[in-house]
Parts: sequence; structure tokens; C-alpha cells
Amino acid sequence: MFVPGMNAAMLRDAPLYGADSIMFDLEDAVSLKEKDAARILVHFALRTFDYGDVETVVRINGLDSTGCQDIEAMVTAGVNVIRLPKTETAQDIIDVDKVITEMEKKHDIPVGTTRMMAAIESAEGVLNAREIAKASDRLIGIALGAEDYVTNMKTKRYPDGQELFFARSYILHAARAAGIAAIDTVFSDVNDMEGFAREVELIKQLGFDGKSVINPRQIPVVNKIYAPTEKEINHAKDVIRAIREAEAKSSGVISLNGKMVDKPIVERAERVIALALAANLISKEEI
Amino acid sequence: MEIKNVAVAGTTESSDIMFIISQNENPNVEIDLQSAVEKQYGDHIRQLIKDTVQQLGVKQVKIKAIDKGALDCTIKARLITAIFRAAEDNNFDWKVIDSWNA
Amino acid sequence: MVLNKVGREIPEQYAEKNGVYLGEFANIKEYQESSRKIRPVKPQDKKLLSSIREAIEKTGLKDGMTISFHHHFREGDYVMNMVLDEIAKMGIKNLSIAPSSIANVHEPLIEHIKNGVVTNITSSGLRDKVGAAISAGILDNPVIIRSHGGRARAITSGDIHIDVAFLGAPSSDEYGNINGTGGKTACGSLGYAMIDAKYADQVVAITDTLVPYPNTPISIPQTDVDYVVVVDSIGDPNGIAKGATRYTKNPKELLIAEYAAKVITASPYYKEGFSFQTGTGGASLAVTRYLKEAMQKDKIKARFVIGGITKAMVDLLEEDLVEKIIDVQDFDYPSALSLGKNANHYEIDANFYASPYSKGSVINQLDTAILSALEIDTDFNVNVITGSDGVIRGASGGHSDTSIACNMSLVIAPLVRGRIPTIVDKVNTVVTPGTSIDVVVTEVGVAINPNRQDLVEHFKNVDIPQFTIEELKEKAYSIVGTPEPIHYGDKVVALIEYRDGTIIDVVRNV
Repeated sequence: MFVPGMNAAMLRDAPLYGADSIMFDLEDAVSLKEKDAARILVHFALRTFDYGDVETVVRINGLDSTGCQDIEAMVTAGVNVIRLPKTETAQDIIDVDKVITEMEKKHDIPVGTTRMMAAIESAEGVLNAREIAKASDRLIGIALGAEDYVTNMKTKRYPDGQELFFARSYILHAARAAGIAAIDTVFSDVNDMEGFAREVELIKQLGFDGKSVINPRQIPVVNKIYAPTEKEINHAKDVIRAIREAEAKSSGVISLNGKMVDKPIVERAERVIALALAANLISKEEI
Repeated sequence: MEIKNVAVAGTTESSDIMFIISQNENPNVEIDLQSAVEKQYGDHIRQLIKDTVQQLGVKQVKIKAIDKGALDCTIKARLITAIFRAAEDNNFDWKVIDSWNA
Repeated sequence: MVLNKVGREIPEQYAEKNGVYLGEFANIKEYQESSRKIRPVKPQDKKLLSSIREAIEKTGLKDGMTISFHHHFREGDYVMNMVLDEIAKMGIKNLSIAPSSIANVHEPLIEHIKNGVVTNITSSGLRDKVGAAISAGILDNPVIIRSHGGRARAITSGDIHIDVAFLGAPSSDEYGNINGTGGKTACGSLGYAMIDAKYADQVVAITDTLVPYPNTPISIPQTDVDYVVVVDSIGDPNGIAKGATRYTKNPKELLIAEYAAKVITASPYYKEGFSFQTGTGGASLAVTRYLKEAMQKDKIKARFVIGGITKAMVDLLEEDLVEKIIDVQDFDYPSALSLGKNANHYEIDANFYASPYSKGSVINQLDTAILSALEIDTDFNVNVITGSDGVIRGASGGHSDTSIACNMSLVIAPLVRGRIPTIVDKVNTVVTPGTSIDVVVTEVGVAINPNRQDLVEHFKNVDIPQFTIEELKEKAYSIVGTPEPIHYGDKVVALIEYRDGTIIDVVRNV
């Protein structure tokens, strides 16, 4: 969930709403003359509030603007992930990675602690997604920033999302090839819950790992759509049970209901269990 | 640090605080606080401002603050921003600043 | 000073006169109900008068008497201001007023106090403007704050003797048959007015909608009314519903509501035929909405709801999720309309609703109630009358009545409001004793009163974060810091009277 970096009240309440990850924005949400104020405020907020299990992310400004200072302030504050705006090439990633390493060393933080995320918002960025996704060990995911992307592509956003089809697909492929997460763009109309739900169904189908939200009300919608069905959960439990039985018997072959259980099925089952746990649909004791 | 100019930081929105920093003719730290939670936290906030200013090494300054129920971390953040702006200083030593928070 | 059962010190003079709080049922005893004077009306007498002034003259209102009003028009009330203005003009002074509550629209009251027109007040609440003035000490005699049930008790037992009740009547005939569902300024239930009408020596009905005799339905009968006055307008319909009924979109309030609804549905009381009361305000209304979803899913129908009625409750009735609505006060126009047309939407007076001295009030039959709070302390005591700065700004309402009478009382509130902690070490003013509160619900989780081990057991495995009340307080203080205790002056500006007539706390000036 996106939180503007200048809003003192929102910084404190953000973790309440059940988002998996909160992104504090120092970039587009903050005017030029308030960049310093936002940076300092977010630094203090990160050091003061207990965000619990929620992942903290900060969207910094480009290195050509206040990026360096942002990175230092956020690394010392202990942010989990630094998100680059408008990533176009692998070099962008490498440049930021270098600065983060420098700052970690300067402040006695184990190098590699701070992770990274890239936002792809242009044609150039999409086409370079494959290299971008592999450019740094810190990178945990890439996201699509659709608003700037469609402007760059000289079109606009439509309800069916066809104009984003290539960008979404390519970013997804790049993420999977690099073994990192793919996150879809924001949906700006907070009053159109039906439109939002349709978009979430689509990106789930495509295989995206998550969705960017800008309002707490959007969170339950995402969780509901991504939650596995009871049938899927029961099947996954059966698969896990079959694996355990096979291990106990030291059998090399795992079978369930007369069918062989091979690697893809196991991975899907594990993913379902993970989602079910995350959505509080089952408890750890049940598996 | 020396105050060179008038500077403002923060807003008067709920849960925020606005600081107006300016030079002081008198050789001390003057604090004028208007707080929405004066009775419950007024003295605590004044002390926090005094301590932070001292840690920043500022000895002569006029501080006007309009508080709408900001938490301590917000107060510190806004004050530090305002003072650095007023001192026209951009060199943040996070190591030092964070050591005060311990 | 005399120490009472919630650890508050009550100055000798009040302790002697009224007794101090010693427990929720320590002062309940048999009594002889108070009676009123009757001035018989002969066939040729006319009740209809030409003006409020004429009514004041005819009642023989004198210095030192007690007059009352109802607050069913809330922030849209014109009646109390009109009557007091006229009384002031006529040079009458030293009156005691006993309105069922006071709103911000009654700011002119401050002038009347300063001019000696009003020298005594009892009310359920004072709200911000009048509250701040009282806290500053403009009134010599302390205001007596009573709950709705407590006011009913005070009237029926004679602690309050009303000489003249000036009652705004949305719809009346020339002989004083009144209802609240008709007329230009319909307010729905006249629950708080009905009791004044039964016990006051004289009753003046003030209406802006005179209808042909006989007016029906009849909430207040002609046999309770002495005079009828017609004016242009008795209230502002927009002010009546002010702030009562917006559905909140605030994520924090929704989270609180979600937890509250979960507590109710996971409780042993949630089953076919259960009953509940919710208040107004964003979070409370949201609770009704979540409960509705649960009741639809579980196919559970409630036997009755009481209140404080809003459109949300009326919807429940019309969607067949609730059998009956029992109504002492309507907060919006749809509720007022529903009272007029739904046979299962029933009007009751304050005595029936909440008096601890009645032959059984409806809250005795209630399963669960949602209440709010300005402050809650680690003994579960609740403050709904003074802000964290010690200034009077709220109202007692039915809080202390409902919380002890129902099976499971829930107090819902955010952990902090801006920089002000809701959960504190000691509340500024005790209105409801902690022993009456069962569950506290905040957006970070709930705390169950240890004196309800049955609920603690029952909720062991429910999927809601649970904390002790001390833990909640620590959480609140860790966010905002520990507040300085408020420095009060020496003057007692308000007495908080528990529903049984004893003093549970006092408020001093700030």
C-alpha cells in the first residue's frame, strides 16, 4: 500500500490495515521543496513505530536528484526495501546498488541487508526488464507503473487492460526467469471496487505475485481474490500428506489417488498452503 | 549550528506540527508553543524541543511552533528539518542524529 | 472527603446529601412514587394560547421554580432557547432547569446563567460550548449530570420536581394530544418527553403543526397537558439528524467495528432471538452493518433491538432480520417515519427504557450493547463526560444504565485519538464503573474484563488479538507518551450522579 511521505498521521496508522507491504513515497507524492522534510519524517517514523511483520518499502528519488541522501536516510532507518522510480536499464539498478552498499558500509550495517525493488514505467524499461530483473542480488521484485507507462506509450488506461498486456507479460516473464516477484500497478479509482476486483482477477490469472494498492479498502479485495478456495486447500493438504507418507516409507514415488505427484504439483501445493496461511484460512498446526 | 534565515517546516494538519525558525537577538533559545494538547503534553513538548535544539548545537534561536497533536517523532523530524533549513545546512550526520534516539 | 466504591473522593456536603456510590445495586430499594398537581380543565376552558409568554404567565411561573425540556430535536432544537428568552425578558430569575440533555445549539444558555435567570441545571450532558463554560465555573451550584435512567428515577422519586415542562410537540391538537411522527419537525419517539408529561405539575405543549382534534396516534395524551401554544417553527429538521448517520469509510473505525461484530458473533449470546443496542457514530453504525452480514449468513434473526434508533436498524426490521424495534429516541428522519408506520416499531418512555427504579426496564432484557467512550482506565471505568483536558464536553446518556443491565457490554474506541490516549491509568471522570464493562474493543485488539472469567474462557480460541487492559494502556502510552495529569481548581462544577442517585464522581473547574 502506498503512503505519501509528507502525511504525519498516515505514517503511524499505515500498518493497521493488513497490507503485506507499505511503501512510503518520497518521490511523486512529495513536492520538490519538501523532499528534505519528507525524508526526515519517514526516517523517524521507521525508527519509532513498530511495523511488526509488515514489509517497509521506500520509493526514493532518482540519483540525479536527492536519491543519494534518500538512500542514506532510509538505510540508517532500517527500511526493508528501497524502491527505484522509473527504472530503465540494468545500469540504473547497479548504480543504486552501489550507493546502498556504500551507505551500509558507512553505517556498519551488514552489506546486503537492504533489498531493492524496481518500478518499470516506460517502453525502454519494459524491453530491458530481463536484464533489470537479474541486475542485483538485492532485487526482490519488479513492478509495473502503468500511469507513466501508458503516457510513454502514447495511449491511456482502459478498463480491459489490453494496453498493458505486453508490459505485464514481459515483466512477469523477466521476474520468473530471475526468480523474483512481479507486482502489478495501482488502480486509482478507489470508488470503483468492481473494476478493481476485475483487474485483480486478471493479474492473478496471469500469475502476478501481488498488487499495489493506494487505499486500505482495496486490501481485503486483493486478499479475497488471492485466497485459495477450500477445495484447493484440501487438495494441497492431501498432496503434502502424500509426500510425508512416501518419505516415511522411503518410497521414491509419491502417488495420490492413483496419480503420480511430481514436482510442479508439489510446488503448486506449497504455494497454496503459503497463501492460505497468509490469508489466515488455515493455521500452522493443520499442516 | 547557526541560524542564518527564517525557515518553516511541517503543516498545521491534524497530528502534525509547524515550526517557524528565526534568528534571535537574545543569546538564548526562545520557544513559543501553541499546542492542541497543551494541558496534557505542553511541558513535555517544550522540553523535547529544548533537548533537540541543544543536541543540534544551536544556542541562539527563536522557535514558534503550532502543534496539532503531533507525536514525538514527528516533532523531532519537523524541528530538525526546520533548523537545518534555517541554517542552510544540508549535511546530515545520521549517526549522530540517531544516537540521540537511543 | 468520602471515598466511594470506585476510589473517587466526594466532598462531605454532597456525600451527606446524596450518598456516595457503593455498588451498582447498593442503593436500589422500594419507594413511593412522586405525584403531581392536577388543575382540572372544564368543558368551556381553552388550552390553546396565543404565545409562549401567555403560557408562561398562565402557568404562574415564578422565581426559583423548576422547568424542563426534552432533547429529541438535538442540535435542531428551538424550544429551549425560545422559552428561556421569553422568561428572561419577563424578568423571572433563579430557575432550575432539567432538560433531558443540552446541545451546542443551546449556547444562549450561557448568557442566561450569567444573568441569573438559570441558577441550577441537571442534564445528561452539556456538550462542548455549555460544557466549557460550566468547566470555567460560571455557575455557582454544580450541575447534576444524570444518565437517562437516572433522570427517570429522579423524576419518579421526586428528586427532580418539575413545576412546568415545556415540551416541543411535532404534532398536536388544541387539547394537547401529541405525537412525534407527524408534523413539520417530526422527531419520532418522544421517550424523554413522555416521562416529564406524566410527572410535571404543569405541561405546556409547543407545536408548529396544529391538527384537528383528536390527534392520533397519541404519545402524550391530553390528560397530561395543560396548555398548547402554536409557533412558526419548533426546530430545524437538519439539525435533528446532524452527525448521526453517516456510514464511515475511515479504515480505523471499520477495523474497530469488525472486531466488535466478531466479539458479538463469537459470544454465547449470539443465537436466534438475541437482542442488541448500538449507538450512533461511525464505528457503531459500521458494527450494525457487519452484524447484519453475519446474521444473514448465519440465518439468525434478532428478537429486538433498542436505542437510539437509526435507519440502519429500520433496515434490519424491514429486511426481516429483527422482529421488533423498541424506541426511546430516533436519530434520523427514516427512523421517525418508521415509528409512524411500522407496527413492530414501538415507542417507550425513559422509565420503561432504563430506570433502575422501575418495575423492570427494557435494558434488563438486553443481550448486548455497543457503547462509546472518551476515556477508559485500567479498572475499566469509563468517562464519557470530560475530555482528556478535564473540560466537560460530552453526555452521560444511557451509558451507565445499559452497561450494567445487559448481558455483555462492549465499549468501542480507537486506542488513541490524535495525540490523546483513550486507554489511561485513571480516567478524568468516572461515569460508568468498571465492574459494568465487559469488553473493550480497539483497532489493535480487545480486552476482556477479568471479572468475566466466563467470557475469558469462551473467547480463548477466537481469532481476535486479545490483550489485558494494562497492555492496551501501555500500547497507547508508547505511541503518544504519558500525559500530564490535569490540574483542576477547587470549585466543584458538576456532580456525576450514578443511576441510583448516589454520587460516583465530581468534576472541578479547569
